[in-house]
Amino acid sequence: MLKLRDVTKEFRVGAFGGRSVRAVKGVNFEVAPGEVVSLIGESGSGKSTLGRMILGLNPVTSGSITFDDLPVRAGKEYYRRVQGIFQDPFSSFNPVFKADRVFGMIKETYHPAVPAAEWAGRVDSALRDVRLNPDQVLGKYPHQLSGGQLQRLLIARALLLDIKLLVADEITSMLDASTRIDVLNLLAELKARGLGVLYITHDLSLGSYLAERTVVLRRGSVVEMGPTERVFGDPLHPYTRELLSAVPRLHEAWDDPTPVDDCPYHREGGSGGLFEAGPGHLVACAELETCVRP
Amino acid sequence: MSALQEVAPPERAGVRREALYFAVRNGKLMAGFGIVLVLLLLGLLGPVLFTDAPNEYGPQPMSPPSAEHWFGTTTFGQDVFTQFVHGLRSTFAVGVVGGGIAAVIGMLVGFVAGYRGGVVDEILNMLTNVILVIPTLAVLLIVNAYLGIRSVAVQGLFIGLTQWPWAARAIRAQTFSLRTREFVDLARMSGAGTGRIIAREIAPNMSSYLFMTFILLFGGSVLIASSLDFIGLGPTEGVSLGLMLQNANQWSALQLGLWWWFVPPGAAITAVVGALYVANVGLDEVFNPKLRET
Amino acid sequence: MSLLVSELKVHYRTLRGDVRALDGVTFGLRDGEILGLVGESGCGKSTLGKSLIRMDGRMRRAGGTVVLDGRELPIDDDRAMNAFRFREVSLIPQYAMSALNPTRKLRRMVGELLRSRGAPLDAEELERRMSQVGLPREVLDRYPIELSGGMKQRMVMVISTLLDPSLLIADEVTSALDVSTQKAVARALLGFRERGYVKSMIFVTHDIALTHHIADTIMVMYAGRLAEKAPADVIVKKPRHPYTRLLLDALPEVGVRYADRRLEGIAGSPPSLLDPPPGCRFRARCPIAGDECAEDPPVAELTPGHHVACWKV
Repeated sequence: MLKLRDVTKEFRVGAFGGRSVRAVKGVNFEVAPGEVVSLIGESGSGKSTLGRMILGLNPVTSGSITFDDLPVRAGKEYYRRVQGIFQDPFSSFNPVFKADRVFGMIKETYHPAVPAAEWAGRVDSALRDVRLNPDQVLGKYPHQLSGGQLQRLLIARALLLDIKLLVADEITSMLDASTRIDVLNLLAELKARGLGVLYITHDLSLGSYLAERTVVLRRGSVVEMGPTERVFGDPLHPYTRELLSAVPRLHEAWDDPTPVDDCPYHREGGSGGLFEAGPGHLVACAELETCVRP
Repeated sequence: MSALQEVAPPERAGVRREALYFAVRNGKLMAGFGIVLVLLLLGLLGPVLFTDAPNEYGPQPMSPPSAEHWFGTTTFGQDVFTQFVHGLRSTFAVGVVGGGIAAVIGMLVGFVAGYRGGVVDEILNMLTNVILVIPTLAVLLIVNAYLGIRSVAVQGLFIGLTQWPWAARAIRAQTFSLRTREFVDLARMSGAGTGRIIAREIAPNMSSYLFMTFILLFGGSVLIASSLDFIGLGPTEGVSLGLMLQNANQWSALQLGLWWWFVPPGAAITAVVGALYVANVGLDEVFNPKLRET
Repeated sequence: MSLLVSELKVHYRTLRGDVRALDGVTFGLRDGEILGLVGESGCGKSTLGKSLIRMDGRMRRAGGTVVLDGRELPIDDDRAMNAFRFREVSLIPQYAMSALNPTRKLRRMVGELLRSRGAPLDAEELERRMSQVGLPREVLDRYPIELSGGMKQRMVMVISTLLDPSLLIADEVTSALDVSTQKAVARALLGFRERGYVKSMIFVTHDIALTHHIADTIMVMYAGRLAEKAPADVIVKKPRHPYTRLLLDALPEVGVRYADRRLEGIAGSPPSLLDPPPGCRFRARCPIAGDECAEDPPVAELTPGHHVACWKV
């Protein structure tokens, strides 16, 4: 459904774009219908830039992003099928308007002919789908609602369209532990309906909870990707190991990662790009500059 | 929150109706607009009722306010009240024309430069800076001398055409910070184009700021107009509040104790600009739902 | 006991009345103890941290006392607190990035700060402490903007503990950091305690898993009150308060998959603290609440050091 081929993004910086910075370098991956893929990276890894490019909010410098074999074209038709939700629920709503205006905007663009009463019914049922009580959230201003309610409103907004792919960029990082998991469960239910979800996060435990496949991004490049249980259970790249060991866990001590004494990439005879360590499990060279070749 | 709900209008009322609902209940807004309205009416109706030529010399120079001359007379026996109502009219005219033109150009340039960014921004920014460093008074002097048009409207036009740059810069800066907010992305993903986003997402967030810009431009136009009046580039026929102040100053009204000559025009300028400012504070509360509660 | 907080009540003044952000909290802190303070947003954990060092204009002490090393802290007297700040109580703010003056090189800034407190700058000691948290001395000749988030955070940590305060309050210091930096910062905090730079510490966070690795004791707060306080391992392994249990159940860990084990959040939301309902604050969301919960549950000590405020334990 969604395919990324050698996607690269350069930002021009300085006066009249004198210099350029590469935020994303040659990224390839796919998201299939009914699949949750988590894109994991630390700040500056380019994960949000990737999300914005998939949403057509930033142009791609080179490479291609296609959705159902058509290149991404920001516009009414594309957004009927692909939608995004971002990190800060309070910044996602225009503070001077009531929160339910996000539904009105959808109606105006996509369903102008639907009678008001029928539309209200659709909104109500979308709200119930995301477990919100319409009486509690309609007609309120964003600052009168909680972060969890706002993020669910945005999911309901996406449900009013016939979407196939949802790009969820750090959507739970500003929520409390007690509501965070509800939003994640909701994404899992949407997946069961056949929706593809790209779940962008820096939190490995949240990524592993939901996703079938995981892509680990570092400084704009993919270092490891594959089925979640392989990437988390048998991480091959030193960076993935480092990340995993840094995650605080409740029932385990905080270990340092076991040092990698050789580069699995070169040990297996990889050259250029990613090598396949197992079915669908791709790994990059440990460190291009300082790689310890066997 | 509960306090708000008690006074809130019926659910799902339009945004405009709701703004009006809070507007008429806002003391600051009503008081500010009330003062401006009274002075405006005086300026509009006064000249109709007091048809005497405002600059005509009278037989009773330097007489204090009396039943015959409500605001007294000048050194030349001119009736200050007649001058005052005529002056109010031309001062409002120059403020509205000058401030209006500057505000429109400033908003257009500021919004487009701030929202589009990139090359468009650099070009518009350059233009703004060029206009900004041109000495306004010198240009007005030359233009006035060559064209020799001395009507209030043309004076307002020229003031407007040279006053907009700082407004453009301020609006650009605000737009710049607002466009990175996620609700702008959400509007794009609801199929809204540039114009609609500027008009319906960004501008409403700055409405009190835009109004403030207009007030300052209005006040600035009034002041520049009176400077021009002073150096003899004002409307040749007629009178303005600035002209009255300058005349009073020129003929030593302060030293001679003719307070009725300079107090009314001075107070009127202060009252108009001050009342607009108070109204602006009230407007902030009307447009910003968060401030309504406190 | 190095710190003794008893029945502390701090209210926020708003136009609609007082918000009881902290509504009678009692706890103690031993010498060398690190207390992890966890809870949802609005539970009062940040208010507690703030009120121990600097109350802002809207905050008001409505009752209770704070005693540090045998002396009572004048927490609601901004001037009198100045004698304690930095020397006795110090704070690492959440956004250390904005705590640094952007126009000064760090060396000058640290010097100015110490002078304002009437203390000489011991450059050698400063550099030694910096190297302990992995900051090279060259950092002192840079501007704050040239430092990464993690470096700034560590720099602020070194600065705020330079005068060896008795109590250090770390307010969400790791929330804005990446996991690998988080670990370095957390370990640096532990190092401070080991070397005696700080006697005791309050580590305010929403991340229970992280707190568990740092704190000796964890205090769980709910809606302005203490819910449960116990040694870190006890909180994680044998929590007694239903809120603590639900909170731990809602915590996804690496390896927990939706497909295998579906976690559940806690339904509902905390009560408004403007006019909180009587009785147990968690009653409306609690799965085991009963009639007795209409009355305030007292804080009971189940086993030594394990305090729980719940009728059902």
